Amino acid sequence: MKPAPFTYFAPRSLDEALSLLGQYGPDAKPLAGGQSLVPLMNFRLAKPRYLIDLNRIPELAYIRRDDGRLAIGAMTRQFEAERSDEVARHAPLLREALRLVGHPTIRHRGTVGGSIAHADPAAELPAAAVALGAEFVVRGPRGTRTVPAGEFFLGPFSTVLAPDELLVEVRIPAVPPGTGHAFLELSRRHGDFAIVGVAALVGLGPDGRIERAALTLGGAGPTPVRARQAEAALLGAPPTEDLFREAGELAAREISPTSDIHASADYRRRVAAVLVRRALAVATELAKKGG
Amino acid sequence: MADLHRIRVSVNGTPYEATVESRRLLVDFLRYDLGLVGTHVGCEHGVCGACTVLMDGRSVRSCLLFAVQADGAEIMTVEGLAPDSQFHPLQEAFWDKQGLQCGYCTPGMLLRAYELLRENPNPTEAEIREAIAGNLCRCTGYQFIIEAIQEAAARMAGTAGSR
Repeated sequence: MKPAPFTYFAPRSLDEALSLLGQYGPDAKPLAGGQSLVPLMNFRLAKPRYLIDLNRIPELAYIRRDDGRLAIGAMTRQFEAERSDEVARHAPLLREALRLVGHPTIRHRGTVGGSIAHADPAAELPAAAVALGAEFVVRGPRGTRTVPAGEFFLGPFSTVLAPDELLVEVRIPAVPPGTGHAFLELSRRHGDFAIVGVAALVGLGPDGRIERAALTLGGAGPTPVRARQAEAALLGAPPTEDLFREAGELAAREISPTSDIHASADYRRRVAAVLVRRALAVATELAKKGG
Repeated sequence: MADLHRIRVSVNGTPYEATVESRRLLVDFLRYDLGLVGTHVGCEHGVCGACTVLMDGRSVRSCLLFAVQADGAEIMTVEGLAPDSQFHPLQEAFWDKQGLQCGYCTPGMLLRAYELLRENPNPTEAEIREAIAGNLCRCTGYQFIIEAIQEAAARMAGTAGSR
C-alpha cells in the first residue's frame, strides 16, 4: 500500500524540530531512519498528519567521548556506529548488537536513537542499552531530562517520551577494564528481529570470581528484561559451566515472553536458557583475556 | 490539498527537478515520475530488497524513503550500471551463470552486489551470502546468484576462471 497523505517538514536544527513537535504534538511523528516507521505508514498502521524529518539536522549525528562516557547522537546511523573505533573500544557490546540489526542496507539509514525510541521489545539496541546502563538524553519544551535506559521502556513500542519530546543522545558509561561482553540471538534468518536476544557483561575480580554481571534479554517480555535473579546468582561465584547453566534456568523463569507466529512462550524460555548460558561463557572468556 | 515539494535529484548522473507529493515513495518517483522502471517494487515494507538503489553511494530501500528526502542526493539505479547499453561485468556474469530466473529481485541483487564488490573486491562465499541476506529471491535458491557474483569479482579483477 501507499502512505496516507501527510504534511512534511525538514527542520535544519533541533530547536526548529522541537518547535514543530510542540506545535503539532500528538498529530506529528518524528522521522529518523524510517526503517520501522515508513513500513508502518505504507501499511497505514501509522497515519501521522505531520511528519517531522530529523535527517537534515547534522547536530544530532555524532559519536564522542564525553567525561569518560560515550555519547552517541540520536541520529547517528547504525552503520556509522558499527564502524566507529570509539564504539569498538568503549562499548564493544553495542557493536555486537549493531551487527545484528537488520541488514547493512537497513543500517545505512537506521539510526541508533530511532531504534531505541521505537522500542520494539525484540530489538537489539534497547536490550544492549539496558545491559550497558545507558542513559538517554531527552529534549522537549520543558527542557532537557536524562532517563536511565532501565526506566525508559514502558511496553511494546511505548516509552516515557511525550509526543513533544525527542530522544537526542545515548550516553554509555565507561565499562570497567576487564569486562567481557556478548550479544547472542536466535532469529529465523540473519537480519530478522530476534526470537530471543541476550546481552551479557561479565567482570571478574582478582580472585577469578564474578564481580560484575549484567544480563538483559530481548524478545522476552514487553520491554527489554533485566534478569536480576540470574545476575544475583552470578555475583561472587566462580565462573563455571554449571553456574552459567543455572543462571540460564533462572533467567528463563524470570522473563515473561509471549507466544506469537514465530515461537511459543515456552520455546522462548528454552532458547533464553541456552543463549544466557552461551553468552556468559563467551563474555567470561573475553573477561579472562582482559575484556 | 496535497502537500507538494520541489526537489532536485541526480539519478545516474542526470539531474532532475520535479514537484512531488510528500508521501511519494522514492521507488515510485523513480518508476512513475522518471520512467526508470528498472527498480522493482516488491514488498513495500523493507523486507525483500527488490527496490534497493544507491543513495549517495550507499544501498538503501527506496520503498522506505520518501522522494522528498532524496532532495539534493545522488541516486544510482540499475540503469546506471549500464549507462551506454554496455553490460556491467556483474550483469554479464548474472547472464552467463544464470543468476536469475524471473528477474524480479535482480536489480536489487545487482546493486547490492555492486556495493559489496566495491568494498570487498574478493569476497568469500560466506561474505556474499551475508551481503545479499537482505535481498530475497524466490526462484534460484541463491546458488547461481552467488556463483555469478564470484564470477564477476574474478572478471573485474582480471582473473576470470574458466568455470
